[in-house]
Formats: sequence, C-alpha cells, structure tokens
Amino acid sequence: MHTITLREGADLDGFRRAVRRLAAARTAPEAVLWSVGAPSLFGDEAPALENGPPVFLPQAVGQLIETVVCHGDPERYALLYRLVWRVLNGERALLDQHADPLVHRLERLDKAVRRDIHKMHAFLRFRALPALDGGERYIAWFEPDHHIVEAVAPFFVERFESMVWTILTPKGSLHWDRHRLMTGPPAERPDSLTDDRFAEGWLRYYESTFNPARVNPTAMRAEMPRKYWANMPETAAIPAMVRSAPARVQAMLEAEAAIPRRRMPEKAVAAMAKQAPDSLAELNRLIQRSEPLVPGATQAVLGEGPEGAAIAIVGEQPGDQEDREGRPFVGPAGQLLTAALEEAGVDRGGLYLTNAVKHFKFVQRGKRRIHQSPTSGEVKHYRWWLMTELGFVRPRLVVALGATAALALSGRPVSVLRERGPMAFDGRNGDGRNGDGWNGFVTVHPSYLLRLPGDEERRRAQAEFVADLRRAAALA
Amino acid sequence: MDDALIEKLGILADAAKYDASCASSGAKPRSGGKEGLGSTTGAGICHAYTPDGRCVSLLKILLTNHCLFDCVYCINRRSSNVRRARFTVAEVVELTLGFYKRNCIEGLFLSSGIIRSPDHTMEQMMLVARTLRRDHGFAGYIHLKTIPEASPWLIEQAGLWADRLSINLELPTDHSLKAFAPEKNGGTIKAVMGQVNERIVEAKEERRRFSPAGQSTQLIVGADDATDRSVLETSGTLYQRYGLRRVYYSAFSPIPEASSVLPVKPPPLQRENRLYQADWLLRYYGFTVEEIASGGEGGMLDLGIDPKLAWALKNRERFPVDVNRADREMLLRVPGLGARAVDKILSARRHTRLRMEDLGRLSSGLRRARPFLIAADYHPVGGLTDRLDLRQRLVTPSSQLSLF
Repeated sequence: MHTITLREGADLDGFRRAVRRLAAARTAPEAVLWSVGAPSLFGDEAPALENGPPVFLPQAVGQLIETVVCHGDPERYALLYRLVWRVLNGERALLDQHADPLVHRLERLDKAVRRDIHKMHAFLRFRALPALDGGERYIAWFEPDHHIVEAVAPFFVERFESMVWTILTPKGSLHWDRHRLMTGPPAERPDSLTDDRFAEGWLRYYESTFNPARVNPTAMRAEMPRKYWANMPETAAIPAMVRSAPARVQAMLEAEAAIPRRRMPEKAVAAMAKQAPDSLAELNRLIQRSEPLVPGATQAVLGEGPEGAAIAIVGEQPGDQEDREGRPFVGPAGQLLTAALEEAGVDRGGLYLTNAVKHFKFVQRGKRRIHQSPTSGEVKHYRWWLMTELGFVRPRLVVALGATAALALSGRPVSVLRERGPMAFDGRNGDGRNGDGWNGFVTVHPSYLLRLPGDEERRRAQAEFVADLRRAAALA
Repeated sequence: MDDALIEKLGILADAAKYDASCASSGAKPRSGGKEGLGSTTGAGICHAYTPDGRCVSLLKILLTNHCLFDCVYCINRRSSNVRRARFTVAEVVELTLGFYKRNCIEGLFLSSGIIRSPDHTMEQMMLVARTLRRDHGFAGYIHLKTIPEASPWLIEQAGLWADRLSINLELPTDHSLKAFAPEKNGGTIKAVMGQVNERIVEAKEERRRFSPAGQSTQLIVGADDATDRSVLETSGTLYQRYGLRRVYYSAFSPIPEASSVLPVKPPPLQRENRLYQADWLLRYYGFTVEEIASGGEGGMLDLGIDPKLAWALKNRERFPVDVNRADREMLLRVPGLGARAVDKILSARRHTRLRMEDLGRLSSGLRRARPFLIAADYHPVGGLTDRLDLRQRLVTPSSQLSLF
C-alpha cells in the first residue's frame, strides 16, 4: 500500500507529481491511500516527491482535475486517480460517458466547485477604506465552501486591476497592490468593517428594486442560499421586505384608481415634431458634438459656404490637412479643385463645399496618417447629416465628386466614369425639407486626377474635369 | 453620496423595476486594465437576488421619471401622481462606478422617462455611457433603453458605447398600443429595431463595435386582451425579422397610482413563466409558434403544465422515443429532457446502450420523461402514453401539503 500525503487545500502540484510517480510504477488505484494533512494552503512546500515522467492526458481530463482538486471532499484525489488510471488503460474517451458512475460523481464535484467560484465572484462585497496615499483601499471577507481562493484570483485581478484590494477568507487571503498579487494565510473574520455611504445607497437600491407583487422567497433562496447572507450587507433588509409585501400589494389593489392630473399630450407631440435641428448652425453643433463614426479623426470638418448657394459640391471625406485645419478642401485635392474652378470660371466663394463623411478616416503608419476610404456602411451612417445639411442649403444643383459622394447622394453604387454627367439624387433620407431630391451632377474626385500616372493622361483628364464643372455651372 | 442622492436613487430605482429586460450577458470579454475599471466575462453575473426571485446584475435605474407620455400601463406616465426625480449625468456615473467598485453590479441599465424631447433625453443617456467609457475607462456592461422617437443619429451614437440597446415594444399588437400608449407609434418602434439590427449586422461584418450584445425588448402580458398565441407570434416575428437576442415577458403587475383603464387583477405570474418556456422552445428546441399554441386551448397556454409536455400529450402518437436511436430533434421534444441532457445522451450512447439507471445520471427530469421514453431495459408497458390519466399523473399537485 502506498500512502500519499498532500497539502491542505487544492494541491494540484502535489497531485500531479504523485500521479506521475504512480503511473510510472503502474500502481493500481486500489493500492493507494490518499491523505490530506500537511499544514497550510499557502504555507511551505510539501516535501518534494520523486518525480516520474509526464503523463499525457486528454485536455478535458486536465481541466477536470484542475477544478476538482479545489473541492473539499477528502475522497477527491482517490476519485481523480481512478479516472486517470482508467483513461491511461484504454478508456481515452471516458469523460464522454456521462452515465458512468465515476464520471458522474466527478462531474458533480466539478459543478460544485464551479458554482462556489461563481458565487464568490457574485456575492463578495468590497468595502472602501481610506488609504494612506489619500486614495481608497478595498477589503472583503468571504467564506467559500471549497479551496477556491487561488482559482478566483484572476477574475478579481482582471476586473479590479486599477484598485488596491484585499480579500480575506478562512481558507487563505489575496492582496493586490495594482501590480502584484500576494497570497496569504487563512484569516479571521474582521471585527468591524465600516461602511461608507455607498453601502447605505446600495441598501436603498436593493429595497427599491424589489416588486412586492411578485414576492417569491423560494426562488431567491435557490439562487442565493442563506449561508451567503451574513457577508452581504443588503440581505439584512430581506425579512422586512418579505413581511411587508402582502400589505403593500393589498394597499395597491384596494386603492381607488388615481385621479389623473390633467396634463395635455400636445406638449409631448409638439416636442417630438420639433426636435430636428432648425438651422444649419444647430446641425453643425450636433455634428461637432458627435463621436466620429469612422476610426481616426481629431475633429469634424463642417461644410463651408453660403446658405442658398446655387451649387453644392460634395466630396468624399476630409483628408489629413482638412482634419488638422477643420476646413473642407484645403489639401492638395482641394487646391486642384480651386484651380479647376478658376479655369472653369466658377467663383469658389459662391459655392457650398462639403463632404459625404464628416470625419477623416485613417490608419497610423509611423508618423504618417494614411487615408482610408469609408465603407458603404459608414457612408450610410453619415447620410442623415448630409441630407439634413443640404436641406438647409437648398442648392439648385448638387455636384458629387467621385464614387463615395455619388453613393451617399443617390443611395446606390455609381460607376463615376460611366455615369458622369447629370443625375437625379433622392433626398428622402433627409429631413423632408426637400423631399423630391436634388438635381445632381456626377464627376470625378480631384484626388483621382492627382493619382493618374502619365502627364498626358492627367492633362486630358483635368481638361475633362474642368469641362464637367463648366457644364454643371451652366445647369445650375 | 449624500442624503439627497440616496433619496433620488430610491425613487428612480423603484421607477425602473418594472422593466424585465435586464441581462448582462453577451458582451465580448474585455478588461479596463491598469487605468480603467471593470471587465466583462461574456456570461454576466447575478450579484444578488431580491425576494421576488429576480437577479440583480445591473444598476437598473431611470435617468428621470418625469415623462411627456401617458402610457396607461406605466407608473411614470404623465398623468400619474408619483414622486418625481431626475439624475444628472455625473450622478449616474458616480453611482455606477461606486457600486461597481464594491462588486455589487456588472454595470448599468439605464432607461428614462421622456423629458423636454426624445432627442434631449436620448442624448443625456448617451452622454452617461460616453462619460463612463471615455473618461473613466469603464469596461463593465452598459445597456441603454433606446427612446424610439429620438433621431436616428442619436441611436447610432448610443450604439457606439453600449453593449446592448433595447427598445420596449410593451404591447404585442398595434391596436393595444394605440389604445394604451396614445403617443407611441408601433411603426416608429419597429423602424428603430430595424435600424439597430442593420447597424449590428454591418458592424459585425466590418468588425466594428455597435451594440455587440445585440438588442432586446419587453412585452407586457395581461394588461390587454392579447392571447399567448399572438404574443408568441409577435416574438417569432421579432426574432426572425429584427434578429432580437431576447424578448422579455413581464406579467402586468399592480402598481401604485394605477390607471382605471387597466384590469384590477393582475394575470397569474405562471402565465409569464409559461411564455418564457415557450420562448425557449421557439429559440432552442425547433418548435414553431403553431405547435406551441396547439398544446393549449383557445390561443392560451396551459397554465398547469409546461408547453413541451402539453404539446407531447396532444401528440402521443409520436412517442415513446428510443433514447438509443432517436435523432437530436426528436429527443429535444421529450418532456423533461433539456438540451444539456440531450447532448449528454448523444455523447454517452456512442459508447454504451443507455439503461434507465444511466439516464437517471444524465437528466434530472427523468420522472416526467419516463412515459415518453424507451431505454435498453425499459419499454413502457401497454403504451403508457395512451393512458387517459397521464396528465394528472405528471402534474405536481399545486396546493401545498399540510404539515398536520
């Protein structure tokens, strides 16, 4: 008979070493006596057992062992070793056989530990204490059923990484100082844990969120058994809540229907009808307050030009320079547009210039911010802004520069080179001011001209662009 | 946290307690790290239970219980005489962070009565979420109850910060909505659901963040004359057409300051329970609304037994089912066998022929499943499913046993 003594608590390492040695010696489960007895959970290392070669087990078995060693049942190691033995002796898929009595029993232990871990995540309450550095320290007392203190630590570290906290339990303690986790010996229940006003507020919340017409203490106790109540401040209110519930319901049922205060619905309906922005300035304030719907962007770039302009020109989205200056069409493409307008004999100052997407979308590559085209989804999200904006400007003609602008204005993908020229844009997704839509015109975006490779080709394309602008001006 | 804030908290938590749609699951796992606060694990945690058996996982409050609307089922309606209060954005942020740090909650569920205008209200709610996320690095769960009448751009903004958006339909049919919530418009509500669904789908494709835990809604049951069948038909449509994650059913509950239009007596809470069971069958067990409704009478579910058992009793010719041969779809239709038990049966029977004793270890609902099963060592004699008293034999007596 082999006797193996493991540490108190969840001695995963000790068990692993024992399994390696026993498996190497082909020792049957019946020949092993498991005992738990060495001092404390976080105390000194148990005397190292002679190591055997690693044992290869299916992943699911490893996970089950990790959980079940946390259980308080003194038989857990014997059961686990029987499982390992059978898996190593031909039953590789043993864990799939949920009806097997050993598997069934281990699954129940596993479930009990998981439940205990879950309840500790849920029912542990921190209280805030003032800390020496002027900040706050948080402290909690909890009584788990099983040896789960180490198993719950990652959850609390991840959730409360920016706080300084201590968790005390009769099975060990945890301390987190924002950088390092320290484990400590079992603790006694602290005599006084002073509460701040948040605890009082929480109690009020807990009482107020209860509906007396649905009182069902059995359902409550199934999920929150009494044994946890002592360490949850809010549970002190339960007896009074349950006791007063029937009377509260009776009072509600007996009360006469309240005589309604006369308040007229016109106000509500009027408020709803009036909430769209009622001026371009108001709309622009909203756009500035809004979060970019594309990644990047330091600020929103608003449209520019007089309301009532005969022509509105809609580009794709602000570029790097526009994003810095907060004005549309000031970068290289904007300069090209200005030159082309001059050549076409159109006064830029008389136009309304804006973009389909109001924010610069980019990815950072080193020091450079590389422009990214907006997706059709992003274009759609900005459509409400654009249509409302055009509703205020009321141009006679809207010129779309490039495919993105044409998509935003027409609501469908447009092949610019094939369809350039006049086109009707629908305005239905706007605010209804201009329900029938706009007379439109589609041409290329000046950045397209900048990208053309050959001088000859670029000259020809620029001449066509100028001709388009002339045609558009004539249509307005 | 001063007395006035505690007082407001009492009023605005009380005003929010009738909203059932308050889960905290489905968010992508994430963490606030060294500078921020909080995490989500995907599953959500119930941090306490109230004596009504409901889980407390989020700080569920209204921004204000002032309201321009006059929906008869709602305690916060314009014509009600309840005490009114209003939080500032900063107060909601303070409460959320304070309770979160004490491990009382998973995050915030924020709803609101409508003040000034729907846009104004929605913007304040969005600002709460934005402040929490951007200024405090808050990584906990945020659920915003959308104001359907708000402008589309505000709902887009809200979706950037929230884990879940929801829009309460409240009443299953358009004519009830018209009668009970005169300023509300079923068309508007569904249009917003459509918009939110579209954004969620797009964001998934483009790997952006927009209400990643989906959207949900609540239906109030028993305030109008809608049958269970029509409630479930509405749910079926919502799941299919708008991709809703959950539909919550809230049995109309007596409220102080009740309107005289409402029924005096609340519906039995059991009705709500049966609807949840039916909803489950709809989503995870391959049942159609038609099949579920056929288990009851006159469009109402049987209050005495669960809808799966009700369906099985009316379709006895399809039983008993052999646990060692039947396919998953049919096993899922056996009363007493849940999806987990069915999966265990399927994996265990690859290795062995299952006997009754084995099934006892795989399912906790065997008592109810028994008449509908065949196992290696068990064939119901003389067609137990034909017995007329089967229903009685399976129903737990509902009255409590006397101690004397």
